[in-house]
Amino acid sequence: MSAVLEALDVHRSFGATEALRGVDLTVEEGEILAIMGPSGSGKSTLLHCLAGILQPDRGEVRFAGRRIDGLGEHERTELRRASFGFLFQFGQLVPELSAVENVALPLLLGGRRRRGALAAADGWFERLGIDGLQGRRPGELSGGEAQRVALARAMVTSPPVLFADEPTGSLDSLSGERVMNLLVDEARAKGTTVVVVTHEPRVAAYSDREVVVRDGRCALPVGAP
Amino acid sequence: MSTAFTLLGLLEGAPSHGYELKRAFDRRFGSDKPLPFGQVYATLGRLQRDGRAVVVGTEVGEGPERKRYAITEQGVTDLEHWLAEAEVPEPHLQTVLFSKVVLSLLSGRDAHRFLDTQRAAHLARMRELTEVRRTAPLGQALLADYALFHLEADLRWLDLTAARLDDLAREVTR
Ligand SMILES: Nc1ncnc2c1ncn2[C@@H]1O[C@H](COP(=O)(O)OP(=O)(O)OP(=O)(O)O)[C@@H](O)[C@H]1O
Ligand SMILES: [Mg+2]
Repeated sequence: MSAVLEALDVHRSFGATEALRGVDLTVEEGEILAIMGPSGSGKSTLLHCLAGILQPDRGEVRFAGRRIDGLGEHERTELRRASFGFLFQFGQLVPELSAVENVALPLLLGGRRRRGALAAADGWFERLGIDGLQGRRPGELSGGEAQRVALARAMVTSPPVLFADEPTGSLDSLSGERVMNLLVDEARAKGTTVVVVTHEPRVAAYSDREVVVRDGRCALPVGAP
Repeated sequence: MSTAFTLLGLLEGAPSHGYELKRAFDRRFGSDKPLPFGQVYATLGRLQRDGRAVVVGTEVGEGPERKRYAITEQGVTDLEHWLAEAEVPEPHLQTVLFSKVVLSLLSGRDAHRFLDTQRAAHLARMRELTEVRRTAPLGQALLADYALFHLEADLRWLDLTAARLDDLAREVTR
């Protein structure tokens, strides 16, 4: 196994709030890692720093061995587009586009031709059990359906890393379980590394390993008996 | 088993009579279920037999049992081990989990560490069950779900307790 993502003594503040105070974390290639911890402990901030959305004030972040904490805005945008998929709690689909266009979007942004992109996007609907919903707008989908469309959109470019922040946060148990099953199946099939922030133990139970963030730091790992 | 270690934990603070121990136990852990005298003396007898406690004095006076007990070095070692180790994740752990947290706080041990250890054990069990339910027939999957929801409830309690540890420490050491 080799490290895909590394955080080394990462600090990040918002004004007077020290959200991260020296996080050390290594994510191995192909592993599904859960980030847990109380509300406000810095989980989302950590995810954003790992994914090149936020820049740390101090410390290092590496992706595939390369430092990304010092990259400029443009390079980070390009890195995210090419290498990372994102799945958030809600609000990530473009309301004006149909479901299949939403899924195709990352391919189009990556320079794929429209017809090819739409065909590739279409293939996901059956796989995720939402066939027939391709033409609907996000406003015409249930939360669980929308989240599966969002999952397809996050995975359509086969990114090496998928970042998910409370991916089942707005769903009931059954839909949440469905999204997690699909996410894990896809990730395992493609060897995708997954970093999932969740405060739900049942979501964390899909991971290979969990880290607990407390007061802006990763709590020491404990060996289970 | 957990009652024996809980009494031992209370005994760690200072040598004590069976009667005082029962009162301390009832006050901290037995509000809904006081410990019968018989069980206290039987348990102290077992702790003594196992080398975890010794009689350090017998007072003459009213009542048959006026023995004063103290924890032994062996007792401290065994107690330490019990306090630090995760319980096997199964239903109805509230008494023993709560006892471990309170005794850790009372004796100045690291209760956060215990909660982390227990959380890891619970999650490890939830992982096994999640794996089962991903491949099992529906009937078995639903049984796994039942266990998963109960373990999740325990985990929520562990998290809430972790978040309130400072307040609880103030309360128990008051
Ligand atoms: N953009 C921001 N501006 C100001 N403060 C922020 C910002 N983002 C996060 N914070 C603060 O940083 C701390 C950590 O926030 P973060 O969102 O990382 O927590 P979290 O662990 O994801 O919490 P939750 O479980 O509630 O989502 C909090 O105190 C929060 O208020
Ligand atoms: Mg968050």
